[in-house]
Amino acid sequence: MFEILKKEKLAENIYSFQFKAPDIAKKARAGHFIMLRIKENGERIPLTIAEYDNNTITIVVQVVGKTTQELSELKKGDKIEDLVGPLGNPSEIDKVETVCLIAGGCGCAEVYPIAKEFKKNNSKVIVIFGARSKNLLFLEKEFKNISDEYIVCTNDGSKGIKGFVTDALREIMKKEKIDLVIAVGPIPMMKAISEMTKNHIKTRVSLNSIMVDGIGMCGSCRVTVNNKIKFVCVDGPEFNAHEVDFDELSKRNSLYKDEEQHICKLSQTIK
Amino acid sequence: MIKQDPKIRTSNFNEVNLGYSKEEAIKEASRCLQCKVPKCIEGCPVNINIPSFISFIKNDKPEKAIEEIKKANNLPGICGRVCPQEEQCEAKCILKQKAIKIGYLERYAADNETQQKIPKIKESKHRVAVIGSGPSSLTCAADLALKGYNVTIFEALHKTGGVLRYGIPEFRLPKKIVDNEIEYIKKLGVTIKKDFVIGKTLSLEDLKKDFDAIFIGVGAGLPNFMNIPGENLPGVYSANEFLTRINLMKAFDFPNNETPIKKSETTVVIGGGNVAIDSARCAKRLGSHVFLVYRRGLEEMPARQEEIQNAKEEGIEFLFLTNPTKIIGIDKVEGIECVQMMLGEEGLDGRKTPVPIENSEFVIECNQVVIAIGQGPNPLLVKQTNLNKDIKGYLYVNEKNQTSDAIIFAGGDIIKGEATVIKAMADGKKAAAAIDELLKNK
Repeated sequence: MFEILKKEKLAENIYSFQFKAPDIAKKARAGHFIMLRIKENGERIPLTIAEYDNNTITIVVQVVGKTTQELSELKKGDKIEDLVGPLGNPSEIDKVETVCLIAGGCGCAEVYPIAKEFKKNNSKVIVIFGARSKNLLFLEKEFKNISDEYIVCTNDGSKGIKGFVTDALREIMKKEKIDLVIAVGPIPMMKAISEMTKNHIKTRVSLNSIMVDGIGMCGSCRVTVNNKIKFVCVDGPEFNAHEVDFDELSKRNSLYKDEEQHICKLSQTIK
Repeated sequence: MIKQDPKIRTSNFNEVNLGYSKEEAIKEASRCLQCKVPKCIEGCPVNINIPSFISFIKNDKPEKAIEEIKKANNLPGICGRVCPQEEQCEAKCILKQKAIKIGYLERYAADNETQQKIPKIKESKHRVAVIGSGPSSLTCAADLALKGYNVTIFEALHKTGGVLRYGIPEFRLPKKIVDNEIEYIKKLGVTIKKDFVIGKTLSLEDLKKDFDAIFIGVGAGLPNFMNIPGENLPGVYSANEFLTRINLMKAFDFPNNETPIKKSETTVVIGGGNVAIDSARCAKRLGSHVFLVYRRGLEEMPARQEEIQNAKEEGIEFLFLTNPTKIIGIDKVEGIECVQMMLGEEGLDGRKTPVPIENSEFVIECNQVVIAIGQGPNPLLVKQTNLNKDIKGYLYVNEKNQTSDAIIFAGGDIIKGEATVIKAMADGKKAAAAIDELLKNK
């Protein structure tokens, strides 16, 4: 059983949870994720490690379905059944002069630890954070602290540039030489960034796929990268953006939409 | 052996074989000739004293029978159900076609154990780490614990048992039986740590600091795919994913269990081993009409005859000498194109090579495809070590199950590819004996 040491509401439907997990914490690095299970009949879901120290790890959760909804209702002191990690491969922190990290929505929870590492490694760090609206922004103070340039965009213009992260990147590309782009967010966003940088900037994306075990056993997280089958859980989660078949991943991710709606409806009825 | 009626059992996941009654067990045990030179023992990978335990059953002493079995086999309730006895002990029985049903008797003894007897154990100071909690690891751990070693099992998943839990369905191996057997192993003093991925949460080097020897039993859990077009369409599962959702996560009881599995009208399973048959029978129980497509013929099928027969009774349609060429669909699976095969020359493995017959393609309309064409060695741990391995990633071991590192041993599917529960157990026993030899005088 794993105890929640701290819970914070970061934005609309977005929460952070700090867990006591010394074994995972000691091995955690930027880019790693965990799998958790709230209760005995619960499903296993993957979530990025947003922060870690010697004894604890912090994950950020956006409510998108049954399990994340249930998680969002837990409080400090509550315990969950299972927490396992750190899984996946840690982010490669290349020695580059300028890196541009692009976070879409909840993807910023993953971008934050990676940006920190690039800063420690003396790269110039530019962060672009995009969300639909300002009430979905979070970790802003933290990003401002560790980046050389921090740009916010909102689709509705409620804060920062009105537009998409692609608009912000286009502007940056006009005035800076960027050696590496790292993008984490919804699949259409990562695909759009990848198309923009194709043939001129090395770009990596961190993929989110359906997972069951998270340790390479089942293939449910499989994605086509450069015409080969790769497993997000053991070969990723980061891949060369220009080689990823985003359309296929998008299709595979919508496989259980009906079941998700059904089970959410059921629990609302019970409430 | 009485079985659930096929028409009824395809709508539940309850155990199909219902076990012997006392009268049936005594009657069967009485047929055993108690040979002076028992051939059956030779056929058993762990050398259970078969005539001896059968004799106890004949005399209505099942608790003595189980004691006898446990001298050699720590998981009798499991082996009695899943061992291919017809290829092992029963194949050697001198009664030939009327061979004694040794497997059913072993199961009877295990199911009638009233109390798990724990022998007195003299403690040793040495510590052994066992990686994985499948049959090979459980056996190694139990044998070492019986010799007094301080054993800790590290399991990556949130439940123990390995394939016993996630691979073999409830209707062949009830998880309650797996829990019981593992309870016995815990009573022997073995510590089990779940949610612990060796290679991620801790490395082998970390383990070497705290343990005097290590056993690697991580299995062959890497699913093979066919690399045919359409294989990544929503609705195509590896057998591992299909079975893990159903067996480990109990998706057959969604939404009471929150992991989903797609229910489909028609499922096509590809493969000919026990995993393919298990997948087909699970799909049937989820309400599908099921086709099993296999590129060779019935005689060449590696699955257990008994389970093939069960599958036929349950209405699964077998399409032999058939191989898929591509999976069809735009946003999800809509069909699978297959080609007819014929058996050609013998290949290097001694089996006749299937060869496609030109222009014999046809399409099966379906909504779900399960690919059960085998698994490879789990790379997660092995990739990170310098242990000698072959090109596929299987660990090399010597005749004592010792790897290229003197204090690291291995057994089960990680050394030889998918085999059986009992063969994995035999490896576990050999490794335990070798570890004991290594540590007892240190």
